[in-house]
Amino acid sequence: MTAVDTAAGLPAAAAAVDPGPAPTGRRGPRRAGVRVARAVLFTVLGAYFLVPIAASVAFTVRDRGTGGLTARWYTGIPSADGFAETFGRSLTLGLLTVAGTLLLLLPTVVLVTLRLPRVRRVVEFLCLLPLVLPPIALVVGVRSVLSWAPDHFYGTPLADAFFALQEPDLPWILVLVYVVLALPFAHRALDAGVRAVDLGTLTEAARNLGASWPRVLVTVVVPALRTAVLNAAFLTLALVLGEFTIASLLGFRTFPTWIVEISGASPQLSVSVSVLSLLLTWGLLVLISALDRRRPRTTA
Amino acid sequence: MLGTLPFFLLVGVVLLLPVVVLAVEAFRVTDPVTYEDTWSTSAITSVTTGAYGRAYLGSLRLSLVTAALGTVLGLGLAAAMLSVRRGRLLRRLLLTASGVLANFGGIPLAFAFIAAIGNAGVVTALLSDLGITLGASLYSTTGLALVYLYFLVPLMVLTITPALEGLRPQWREASDVLGGSGWQYWRRVGGPVLLPSVLGASVLLFASAFAAYATARALVGSSIPLVTLQIADALSSNVLVGSEAQGKALALGMVVLVGAVMLVYGWLQRRASRWSA
Repeated sequence: MTAVDTAAGLPAAAAAVDPGPAPTGRRGPRRAGVRVARAVLFTVLGAYFLVPIAASVAFTVRDRGTGGLTARWYTGIPSADGFAETFGRSLTLGLLTVAGTLLLLLPTVVLVTLRLPRVRRVVEFLCLLPLVLPPIALVVGVRSVLSWAPDHFYGTPLADAFFALQEPDLPWILVLVYVVLALPFAHRALDAGVRAVDLGTLTEAARNLGASWPRVLVTVVVPALRTAVLNAAFLTLALVLGEFTIASLLGFRTFPTWIVEISGASPQLSVSVSVLSLLLTWGLLVLISALDRRRPRTTA
Repeated sequence: MLGTLPFFLLVGVVLLLPVVVLAVEAFRVTDPVTYEDTWSTSAITSVTTGAYGRAYLGSLRLSLVTAALGTVLGLGLAAAMLSVRRGRLLRRLLLTASGVLANFGGIPLAFAFIAAIGNAGVVTALLSDLGITLGASLYSTTGLALVYLYFLVPLMVLTITPALEGLRPQWREASDVLGGSGWQYWRRVGGPVLLPSVLGASVLLFASAFAAYATARALVGSSIPLVTLQIADALSSNVLVGSEAQGKALALGMVVLVGAVMLVYGWLQRRASRWSA
């Protein structure tokens, strides 16, 4: 960070004035106090964040019978009853949500930037709304709307469509709600991407060369926003793979509801699956930050 | 224009319509005998008193306390992280970890804590071998607060770090050259500049804690008065006619409370940005 780097490189005379990292001078004892406080904060919070993870691992690799080590709570995950079904369903829902979010939001963000600056604030507001609206309140409303099908339009095509949305094998209603829940994260990622490149010049050049709007979107806009698109996609996927509230209250079986389901009969398995899902989130987010670091080279 | 139509359509149908329906149907009551719907405020009035009222208070207290603690701890951690000399690696490590842990809410988090300090937890066993029993149970409000902070502190670090990095070192130097003390710098320069960002971040923390359901469900079932748990119970109850309306009224109450917090936040934000302008 600039504050630290410039101060460290300053000549001694200036460093005496600078209250920052100078090891000697009038604030010497206070700096030492700050350093101790900082060390205490790092240690306490570090322990707080590491202990639950370490304990989860210890909890799942210790064999209660023999007292030795065992990997069976991890090797047993793929064949566990219900894992393949629910994880597959959550993954499918995740991929559909990613596709839906991008198809919906990418044209919107691009159009708002290029053609409709007037509605920018409205779009921003609507995209931020799911961040503060409690998902449990949203799902109660969604349930009320879905209950119109048997109550009010029974026998009409609309009711059939409502029932089709709630197919337990692949509940499309979850995709719709998850797209809404992903809006804040996806919008932030895409908006940052759009601001980082000069989209106006790029698209004008493509239009002048005779490209149609769909072609501009596919061959110019998407490649220019590659990092932002991937960022939005990974965040959305991580959100869907961990979402419990909506799925549980609408009565669908997904990966997170399965973890709760098995926790009573086999606590070790539920903890080992939790450790794996932490690793999965970690992997997805490390991928994002790796892509972020490549950004200056790919877009500038 | 046409290209933005799908976006507005989906937001309208899946986000706005359910909230509007909630606001209307919370005032509809089904008669237990004739199954006829009538307008009534009975559901709304019933959720402000008794067990439901306590649930709102419990949720508000828990989310206010955890949001305040999360704000202070996250701010401290972010400031400590940025004050380390030649700490580029540390910063990258902590920010990546914060990104992961802020997303590590919900079900897996609850089970990690159960494995650590639950009844059969590893740390619980370790401590009891040493003759120490934990002061507070994990399955209580205090335990829940401890678990919530696990994703709230990283969320604070993530949201406030850019604002802290935006504090120019020259401002501090100018204040020092003019003879200002550290306290005066934070009182007159740093604090007012940071205030809008800190307020925004703590409102976000409050909203996350207030809306949290999965972690609480996995940890405490419904033994603690929290409004999210009460809503889920009301919806899953097939015994009582009208419990669905109760759930809607409870959910509407949550929306109204969050809306009120956002209004206060908007007002504070306008006041605060007057200082930094």
